[in-house]
Amino acid sequence: MAAEASSGASTPAAAGVSGGRRDGLWLLVTWIVLSIIGCLLVALVWGPHLPPGAASNTAASQQTDNTVLATIATPVVIGVLLYFGWALAFWRQKPGDETDAAPIHGNTRIQALWITVTSVIVLALAVYGTVELIAPAGAGAGQGPQPIFQRGMPPAASDTSWAPGTNNILQVQVIGQQWAWTYRYPQFGGFETTDLLLPVNTPVRFNVTSLDVIHSFWAYQLAVKADANPGVNNVAFTVPKQAGQFVVRCAELCGIWHGAMYNYGKVVPVSTFMTWAHATEIQLASLTKLLPPYALTYDPTAINLGKVNQQLGLTGAGGGFYNPADPEQP
Amino acid sequence: MAIETQPESAQAPGGREPAGTPKQRAWWLRPAFHTALLGAVIGYIFGHWLGNLLGSQYQQVGTSDDNDMAIVLGFAFLVLGWLIGLGVFNDLIRQMLGRPIPQLEEEREAVGGLARYFRYTLDHKVVGIQYLVGMLIYFFTGGLLAMAIRTELLSPSYHVLSPTAYIQVVGEHGTMMMMMMTSVIVGPFGNYLVPIMIGSKRVAFPRLEALSFWLTPCAYVILLSSFLLGGFPTGWTGYAPLSIQAGEGMDAYAFAFGLMGISIILAGFNIIVTIICYRAPGMRWGRLPMFVWSMLTTGFLFVLAAPVLVGGMYMIITDRVAQTAFFINQLGGSSYLYQDLFWFFGHPEVYILALPGFGIVSEIIPVFTRKPLFGYKIAAAGMFGVAILSFFVWQHHLFMSGINPDMRPLFMLTTELISIPTGFIYLVALGTFWQAKLRLTVPMLFAMGMYVNFLFGGISGVLLSDVPADTTAHGSFFVMAHFHYTIMGGLIFAFFGGLYYWLPKVMGITLNQRLGKIHFWTMFITFNSTFMPLFAVGMLGQPRRVFEYARNLETLNDWVSISAFCLGGSLLIFVFNFVMSTVVWRERAPQNPWQARGLEWQISSPPPPDNFTHIPVVLAGPYEYGDPDALPVADLNPPAGVIAGALAGAGAGSATTSTGSEA
Repeated sequence: MAAEASSGASTPAAAGVSGGRRDGLWLLVTWIVLSIIGCLLVALVWGPHLPPGAASNTAASQQTDNTVLATIATPVVIGVLLYFGWALAFWRQKPGDETDAAPIHGNTRIQALWITVTSVIVLALAVYGTVELIAPAGAGAGQGPQPIFQRGMPPAASDTSWAPGTNNILQVQVIGQQWAWTYRYPQFGGFETTDLLLPVNTPVRFNVTSLDVIHSFWAYQLAVKADANPGVNNVAFTVPKQAGQFVVRCAELCGIWHGAMYNYGKVVPVSTFMTWAHATEIQLASLTKLLPPYALTYDPTAINLGKVNQQLGLTGAGGGFYNPADPEQP
Repeated sequence: MAIETQPESAQAPGGREPAGTPKQRAWWLRPAFHTALLGAVIGYIFGHWLGNLLGSQYQQVGTSDDNDMAIVLGFAFLVLGWLIGLGVFNDLIRQMLGRPIPQLEEEREAVGGLARYFRYTLDHKVVGIQYLVGMLIYFFTGGLLAMAIRTELLSPSYHVLSPTAYIQVVGEHGTMMMMMMTSVIVGPFGNYLVPIMIGSKRVAFPRLEALSFWLTPCAYVILLSSFLLGGFPTGWTGYAPLSIQAGEGMDAYAFAFGLMGISIILAGFNIIVTIICYRAPGMRWGRLPMFVWSMLTTGFLFVLAAPVLVGGMYMIITDRVAQTAFFINQLGGSSYLYQDLFWFFGHPEVYILALPGFGIVSEIIPVFTRKPLFGYKIAAAGMFGVAILSFFVWQHHLFMSGINPDMRPLFMLTTELISIPTGFIYLVALGTFWQAKLRLTVPMLFAMGMYVNFLFGGISGVLLSDVPADTTAHGSFFVMAHFHYTIMGGLIFAFFGGLYYWLPKVMGITLNQRLGKIHFWTMFITFNSTFMPLFAVGMLGQPRRVFEYARNLETLNDWVSISAFCLGGSLLIFVFNFVMSTVVWRERAPQNPWQARGLEWQISSPPPPDNFTHIPVVLAGPYEYGDPDALPVADLNPPAGVIAGALAGAGAGSATTSTGSEA
């Protein structure tokens, strides 16, 4: 009985060794071939079409990043799916075979190899991600009031004037409130408008803040995303590379009309931008005087919009805001 | 002799002998479901009155006759009345008065049949079934809400639901799933199976265990009551200051979430102590089933993460009710504080929603590959690695928030490090499948489906952990698809696998396998068809929780919605199968239908009231398939006096029995 059991177990085990080598070899070859094809397709064919496009330097770097990550993921996905498919195809129970398979409790070499390879990949990804974060000045992500990733960005030399080509970054303040985006251009007299125009090929510094709850400024085509926190200035950088329209959405749930909190911005040639900015500065000058002076954050309880509404001919609560301490909802 | 008395000794407080049954009250005063309901109603009315009395001086909600204090105190006294009505405090009072405390055996004699399932009980198997039914109800409620969301998203603008209704439904769906489903596996399978799998007759803290269940119906009802109070506009994350600004429905969210936090803390303590202290002789750490390891790690996450949640929810409530200003920037608070608190709980929580799934599939695959688990130690290490690292990654939810930009490389690193222990789980699976003799039963199909789904969830997680890629993906449908892949594709697939696998043991009834296969294939296909396109939708610029989206995404969204409806239909197949199999067909299950080695399969189906006639002596690991020299997993009738010897042997580390691990 015991001898029978042991011989019964040793035969499939012996067959398993040679069969194992064959299986392993075929799996490896198939995996390598499929992975090479897959990686090439992902990196060269799919990669250039991956979101978020190349409308800004941050978008382009994120596209590269997405391509790299997708390429690295390809062999992993192919490997696991291939392995399970292989198991389904070849390692099924034969009809009537009620015996167990060969008892393999582990394999120290394979386990050590697995840990080493995954660790190397993961550490490499972390290093790569850090480089991609630092290289395009924070990758378009909001960096809080003191941005530390500013590589390649001119300093904010002047808060009151800006001219193209100078060593001074264009600043745009993004103000989120329930449920609209407005933009202030401090270097053009601090006028506030719902139109977001940016000059092409010019470094831009977004100062993102909120008047009530947390919003998130997401300029999709520019690949910029920065949370708008009340009382906090959140800085993000980008350099628009292509003229055209882009969409701005709120990416952080901010209440009932969160879904409708979007508008459109435009990247235009520098000359067009300058013309527009100067014209708007003059056109809105009377309103700008009534606004609170430009600041990085605002206390909404201290803003009196009554005069602005009068100037604009608005009555009632138009342009009002919801005090964070006041739970009333419309 | 010692075998019988050992587990009982801890149960009789003060070493007193269990005395006779306490005096029976009139039937309508005996603690049960109806008294609990009565207590809840009285409690709510009293609390509401008290709150109005206290809070009338400074009314907070201008749009209603109520104030937040009345709502919150109403909920608090509702829970208190509910627990009093259930008889939760009766044993405490008896003990204080020096009266005899009824023991489990007496309880079983006193209440029989279905009534047992509507009581506060000391029987871990009854609690397990209560949890199972409860969790299925909560899950399907959340699922129905998902159908409503997808109906609205059929069109790029709002048509079916108003923006208010939509945001309420989104919040309720998210909270129902993320909050109630924390216990979806620990509750039913953990409570029911862990004592049996470790060879114990009971759990360590049966009263805490029962309490942890009976808080969940309260949390469920309170959460749903938010609809009556105007809902909450914050989604399941409840970010301040929006949550401070919101109407009364927010109180229901914060209270229910905090209550569920307390429930999982209690459940976690019970499961940890049970696993550490109630293992049978010979059940060494190296022989512990993988599912028990996953329950242990999840239990630790429960007790370490949930207190932070309870604290955060408490602060929200006090901010709203008592005008504290923890989260209001203008008044000296910080909205970052809430995000930190929430995600310090929230990220371990998503592993609370992953580890039990790992445990179940690791338990299932050795049985149906007919092979030992490949790399037992590395599988346990993987779970511990995930559990420990999960406390060091929470700020990846705040990559765009502007907090701590210099910490981003660190949190990027810790987040990506988690893929190493998660990779262990895949190595274990791949190794176990190597040249196996696969039996494609329904549980096995679900386990394999889980591995495939979680793969996509994990890979997309790498993109989210990478700050540059996350800048686009953050807060978009990409994230949504990612965590549905890990939680629904991982945890819920594993849950169903576990259900098909263990229901024969739990109820003694086999679920119909043909319907089970139909359920699996429809669910697998429609699940992927629902959530795979959402990765694209998110990358193409659709933020989460919106009712309006770009017109060019309409085709994709419609595809997703229709797939989601089919997914709902697939789950109806399960409901049909479950109800018909357990109520109508009732096909008796054999003791060990899967020829599994696990200790739970060595006893009858359903298990006897005491689980084991004698405390078993565990002789070998549970995964020794194909090893002709392997001992049977346990001696269920050890000769008297063998316990002491087995304990000595276990302490010395017996070399004759393999623990099933090499690494």
